[in-house]
Amino acid sequence: MAEDRPDAGLTFTTRGLTKVYGEGPAAVHALRGVDLNIPDGEIVVLLGPSGSGKSTLLNIIGGLDRASSGRAWFRDLNLTELSDRELTRYRRDHVGFVFQFYNLMPSLTARENVELVTEIAADPMSAEEALALVGLGERMDHFPAQLSGGEQQRVAIARAVAKNPNVLFCDEPTGALDSTTGRAVLHVLNDVNAKLGATVMIVTHAAATAAMAHRVIHFADGAIRSVERNSTRQSPDEIEW
Amino acid sequence: MLSALDHKLLRDLWRIKGQAAAIALVVAVGVLLLVMMSGMLNSLEETRRTYYERYRLADVFAPAVGAPEQVLERLRAVPGVAAAEGRVTGAALLDMAGQDLPVRARAISLPALGAPRLNAIYLTDGRMFTPGRTGEVVLLKGFAEAHGLRLGDHLRATMNGARRDFTIVGMAQAPEFLFTTAPGEIVPDDARFAVIWMNREALSAALDVQGAFNEALIALDRGARLAPVLAAVDRILDPHGGLGAYGLKDQISDRFLTEEIRGLRVSSSVVPPIFMAVAAFLLYIVIARLVQAEREQIGLVKAFGYSDWEVALHYFKMVLAIAVFGALLGCALGIWAGRAMAGVYQDFYKFPFLIFRVDPASFVTGVLVSVLAASAGALWVLRGVFRLTPAVAMRPPAPADFSRTGALNERLKGWLDQPSRMVIRRILRNPGRIAGAVVGIAVGMGLSSAQLSLLSGFDRTLDLTFGVIDRSDVSVTFVQPMPSGSVHALRQLPGVIEVEPVRTIGVTLRNGAQNYRGAINGLVTQPRLNRAVTSQMDTIAMPREGVVLARALADILQVKAGDVVQLDVLEGRRPTLEVPVTRIAETLLGAPAFMHMDTLNRALREPGRVSGAYLRVDGARIPEVFAVLKSMPTVAGVARREDARAAMQTLMDTGAGMMRYVMAAIAGIITFGIVYNAARISFGEQARDLASLRVIGFSTGETAFVLLGELAIVVLLALPLGVGIGHYLSFLIAAGFSTDIYQIPTRFRPDAFGTAALAVIVAAIVSGLLVKRDINRVDLVATLKTRE
Ligand SMILES: Nc1ncnc2c1ncn2[C@@H]1O[C@H](COP(=O)(O)OP(=O)(O)O)[C@@H](O)[C@H]1O
Ligand SMILES: [Mg+2]
Repeated sequence: MAEDRPDAGLTFTTRGLTKVYGEGPAAVHALRGVDLNIPDGEIVVLLGPSGSGKSTLLNIIGGLDRASSGRAWFRDLNLTELSDRELTRYRRDHVGFVFQFYNLMPSLTARENVELVTEIAADPMSAEEALALVGLGERMDHFPAQLSGGEQQRVAIARAVAKNPNVLFCDEPTGALDSTTGRAVLHVLNDVNAKLGATVMIVTHAAATAAMAHRVIHFADGAIRSVERNSTRQSPDEIEW
Repeated sequence: MLSALDHKLLRDLWRIKGQAAAIALVVAVGVLLLVMMSGMLNSLEETRRTYYERYRLADVFAPAVGAPEQVLERLRAVPGVAAAEGRVTGAALLDMAGQDLPVRARAISLPALGAPRLNAIYLTDGRMFTPGRTGEVVLLKGFAEAHGLRLGDHLRATMNGARRDFTIVGMAQAPEFLFTTAPGEIVPDDARFAVIWMNREALSAALDVQGAFNEALIALDRGARLAPVLAAVDRILDPHGGLGAYGLKDQISDRFLTEEIRGLRVSSSVVPPIFMAVAAFLLYIVIARLVQAEREQIGLVKAFGYSDWEVALHYFKMVLAIAVFGALLGCALGIWAGRAMAGVYQDFYKFPFLIFRVDPASFVTGVLVSVLAASAGALWVLRGVFRLTPAVAMRPPAPADFSRTGALNERLKGWLDQPSRMVIRRILRNPGRIAGAVVGIAVGMGLSSAQLSLLSGFDRTLDLTFGVIDRSDVSVTFVQPMPSGSVHALRQLPGVIEVEPVRTIGVTLRNGAQNYRGAINGLVTQPRLNRAVTSQMDTIAMPREGVVLARALADILQVKAGDVVQLDVLEGRRPTLEVPVTRIAETLLGAPAFMHMDTLNRALREPGRVSGAYLRVDGARIPEVFAVLKSMPTVAGVARREDARAAMQTLMDTGAGMMRYVMAAIAGIITFGIVYNAARISFGEQARDLASLRVIGFSTGETAFVLLGELAIVVLLALPLGVGIGHYLSFLIAAGFSTDIYQIPTRFRPDAFGTAALAVIVAAIVSGLLVKRDINRVDLVATLKTRE
């Protein structure tokens, strides 16, 4: 359908996206028809109660999972039609992920965790550069177990940005952090968006985070309730925790 | 430059080093057995070949009463004959100081000067005899050692009715006497049969065969066919009292050696593959669970854009590292062990040297099987993980759905505490996962119990042979066939309770191309002492017509009851008989044939002759009986059943049968490896849950219960399955260990299974304790904080 073609300048477009886990009476409708437009280069915060389907949405447009129905585009690439191999390519070339629990490889040092990604990326920065970007230039050869939670999360961000991604997905990046480290992490995300021009999507249930976004999407019960644009954005330092 | 994934690989390997080592060890042990057995066998065969070649062992032996030297020229002219030599040989009785029985011996001539062209000897001690000194002899080393004889010692011998005194000037080994067996006996025994080499002149004089030889030795051209040569030699020697030429394969020592090596080869082709299969299966299970535990990391790496192929390669490398390390370790240890075992067998078979040869094919097989099994395990799991989207793979350990345990839940509530319920539900929720552990342990136990029942199978062979089938205490052999009256003389001896005559004659049994040079035991109608028995151990009455064959012999000849076999009698007027096979008898030792004594004598036209007798003797009066027998000129040899049994035990413990101990040990190691791995893996999977239990206030003991409870149930389930598997494996393994010399019966042995079960339980307890130590050590905070 020609009218479904995404407009130029949009990083993501979805139409009628649904996701059902399980079958029969036990089925969980995680997404119930999501229509979304996300322009290039914005910071987008996805707000909503736990279990509302935020992660599910992120996973689908991040190429980690498949939708049950509906369509999703990255620019003009129809994600819902890609083969596994093409999805892998998509993740490798365009996407960075940051998870709530950092998900670092415990057996690799900070630098090696970043290298895990730079080694296969098309146009990466160096691991050192990426770690410097998140303020961890000094602790590159530490193992995850030797780093604090905030530091681990910054390694995870360095790992996600090192490939110069077009999009950075952050699923509750500050969920496991205290306010100071949480702010520092948001700072880094803000910088990445400003310096690299990457679209940054942050999932959170901490409403205050929304203040730093260009665009805030309110999510509930598997669907978008409302979208608002911030005319003025706050610096992460000003965010109340 | 190592990639980041390779760094992960190395560190992960280091992290799981304990478990990796356990897996590698199981692989190593499987490969070790394969490499050891094949290396040992190759070496033994190569050594034998070289030994035979260097000492120019004849291909054909042709005994005769006496033939002039010129006949050798005719033998050399036979097509296919490369060389022919004559020698003189004869029986002797040695009177050993301190022995209550004389020992039978064989005297063999050697040329006065220089080495013989065929059947040379290897002088180990002393020197050859000096030409002209008729009293000097060289003695077979094995016999000298068995009796503690030294150079310079004297031997008192009776030859051809006359007493002679010899001085031992040298000791030697010879390829034709690697095993020595007194005539008419089955079991080789160094102590009860001697070989002495002496000057040809002296021996000819003693035996009264001047100017003639009474045994021709013949070497064949490469590729020459044996049968036509034997026929031609028999024709040439017939006028000189030829007793039937025979090939090397019917020579007693070679026959034993061949049987031993064949036994080793069969058990090495049956048993190591079973072990390898078990090791491979274990490897598969362990690797599968190892990769399963990496599920989240796989999801993560895929989220970064690594392809399935790259991820698979990563784990493949990990598995390969463990499997190859194990296999190489197994190869190295296998070479070492093969060398050591070959050395042991070298001594046992009395090879003067050892040519060690490894078998490269066994390396390849060992490494390939290990690697394939390991990669199959890894790929199987990876396929499952790849089917999941990265998002699902990365989710925290699947929130287990315990609702499936449904109806049982209600019941459980009533009579179990929480920890027990955790154990039961965990098992019920995913029976597939613990099934792997159950099968693994069961296979290990099956292997152990099969090996153990093999051990007792050997004992049973001895018990049946020397307690049930043969119930005599002593057997007596006469110098030559005697009238049956001589048996009555034996019965008159004080202390003799029962006497049973026997007529034994040497024959070659034939069925088409199959033939076997053996003997027929002519028995009385209802034998009571030495019997042919059915599988129920009932006596088989000797039929008036026909022959009863041992199962082993029937197998060699490929005949069954009702078929007709040809008997070429090698004594007396040497008739050829066609007789029907009337029954197949169960024997566990040797490959005997039985006929009615009268039928046999009638065929030989020597009615009423006996060649020996079986005696039952009052235990307290044995020395008395022996003293009398020793003084009887008609008695050539007396054998004690006990000695035969002891010799048999030695043969089984030091020959091919020795492997059973090695294999039992290896089965034990594998079983422990399996159980320990099962405990470790289960601990790895539950580490977080267990830490949570500790955090909410459970003691280490209670926590361990949750973990070890599962292990206990797995072991309990594995035991009955292990019995079944063991039962089946014991048939395979016993068949592998049986040879023509002895057969190992297979039976259900509750004791073997009990011991194996006990071993598994002990292994489980030890593994449990080792793992429990780790529970105590777990850093609770760290475990709960990190999500990996
Ligand atoms: N793999 C899965 N299998 C079954 N149910 C799932 C799965 N992933 C998510 N869900 C369910 O889908 C719903 C949305 O989950 P999620 O997207 O993780 O929500 P959020 O991130 O907003 O907390 C929840 O009810 C969750 O239980
Ligand atoms: Mg979520």
